[in-house]
Amino acid sequence: MDKIITMNHVKKIFDKVTALEDINCSVMRGEIFGLLGPSGAGKTTIINILTGQMSMTEGQARIFDVSTKHLMDRHYAKIGMMLEDSGIYKRLSVHDNLLIFAEIYGVPKSRISDVLKKVGLIDSAKKQVEKLSKGMMQRLILARSILNQPEILFLDEPTSGLDPATASGIHEFLFSLRDQGTTIFLTTHNMEEADRLCDHIALLNTGRIVEYGTPKELCHRHQTNKSIRILLNDAEVMLLPNEKASAAKIAALFENNSVMSIHSSEPNLEAVFMKLTGRKLS
Amino acid sequence: MIDSIVKPKKISAVFKKQIKDTFKNKMTLIQFVMFPLLALIFTEAIAKGQQDLPNTFFVTMFSSIYVGMVPMVNMAAIISEEKEQNTLKALMLANVKPYQYLTGTGTYVFMLCIIGAVMFGLIGGYGGMVFMKFIAAMLCGIVLSLLLGSAVGMLSKNQMSATAIVIPVSMILAFLPMIATFNSSFESVSRFLYTQQIKYLLSNPKEMIMTLERFLIMGGNLLIFLGVFIFAYRKG
Repeated sequence: MDKIITMNHVKKIFDKVTALEDINCSVMRGEIFGLLGPSGAGKTTIINILTGQMSMTEGQARIFDVSTKHLMDRHYAKIGMMLEDSGIYKRLSVHDNLLIFAEIYGVPKSRISDVLKKVGLIDSAKKQVEKLSKGMMQRLILARSILNQPEILFLDEPTSGLDPATASGIHEFLFSLRDQGTTIFLTTHNMEEADRLCDHIALLNTGRIVEYGTPKELCHRHQTNKSIRILLNDAEVMLLPNEKASAAKIAALFENNSVMSIHSSEPNLEAVFMKLTGRKLS
Repeated sequence: MIDSIVKPKKISAVFKKQIKDTFKNKMTLIQFVMFPLLALIFTEAIAKGQQDLPNTFFVTMFSSIYVGMVPMVNMAAIISEEKEQNTLKALMLANVKPYQYLTGTGTYVFMLCIIGAVMFGLIGGYGGMVFMKFIAAMLCGIVLSLLLGSAVGMLSKNQMSATAIVIPVSMILAFLPMIATFNSSFESVSRFLYTQQIKYLLSNPKEMIMTLERFLIMGGNLLIFLGVFIFAYRKG
């Protein structure tokens, strides 16, 4: 796999306030990469820099091995974006909204039905956008962002404010896009989403990347309180240190047939972030 | 070559979008037909019955108001609404360049204004070359108003702020020439506005004369609006 996005020593200063400091990371082609951090950490600023909407103060950012300062039409044709404040024409129908962008991208009209089927909006094609639920609007924006069959898809908080069922549907769809070879760069402050979706994540805090790796790697790297959680038949919970000495106790419990379930207790991304920054994610 | 530079597909997409959007929001169409309709009613009800009033009196009056108001208000409203709803950002993210957006939207407003201009010409009963001159004078004014409306739209963050600017500006541009008809002291100020010069042209399309003074005033207005437009384009 080759690197499709790279950032080296990226720095961004807004009116003497440092928004990003020494950002270094890369995204491999065909993976789902997550930028995880609380509101105001600099996630959207990174997306804006990578998509050429904003210039950086220092450093280098490249997409398709081209500096983001020099992105041209042919590069934008391979990029899809679903940003938090992406607007839709509310007076127009779902189909007409996509038709505008199909003409702009120069893709055939038949593609509109394809993407509407993919996001589950085909039955609402003639519906006026004003009458859609928030989840449907989010799916419409997602449909628009993949209309041009992008190689890289930028998603800024793609499931923010959605109910779990709709969010789960979007997750499944993102997996299918990844399986077809689309690289997905998403930002989120939802650690469960990042854990479920991402192949690699970077934890961002106050404009700095404080940790990078796969979700599992991060959890294991920062696993300080290793323990085994045993739920007994009488609903009592027993926590044992995750070490050799506990083996005999566990064996005894099994012999007495008193174990209902047994799990290793691992830190989640929220705990890792908390440990690294002293802050909560959301 | 032209295709690769201008990208007519993108301009055409913006233009078509605007047409569809208008037919879903018919209230905006009222602005384009309201003034020709008023001219028709006043001409039929008042001007044609009064011997001391020329038949085209209300056509001239309402057409010069139309020129100063309708293109500017509509252009500013469309752009500012797109900014407020973030749809302009969506277009820019799809790599629609500002000039492509402005050309598509401007063409749409311009074409609707042509329909209004033709309606005025027909109500005025002009024919042949006089009709063509009347339309040409209106189009000059429409282009200037479009330029100013685009600048206001680009400088405004939302529809509210656009309205706060465009209403007083268009009132001055559209109504000062009308007030000057009844009070000549206003004319000493209004003659420096392109709308007053357009009104002079529209009031006598048979002998439409482009004097040096008229040319300089309209050219000066055009330069000022171009300056404001370029400033707004760069800032927006």
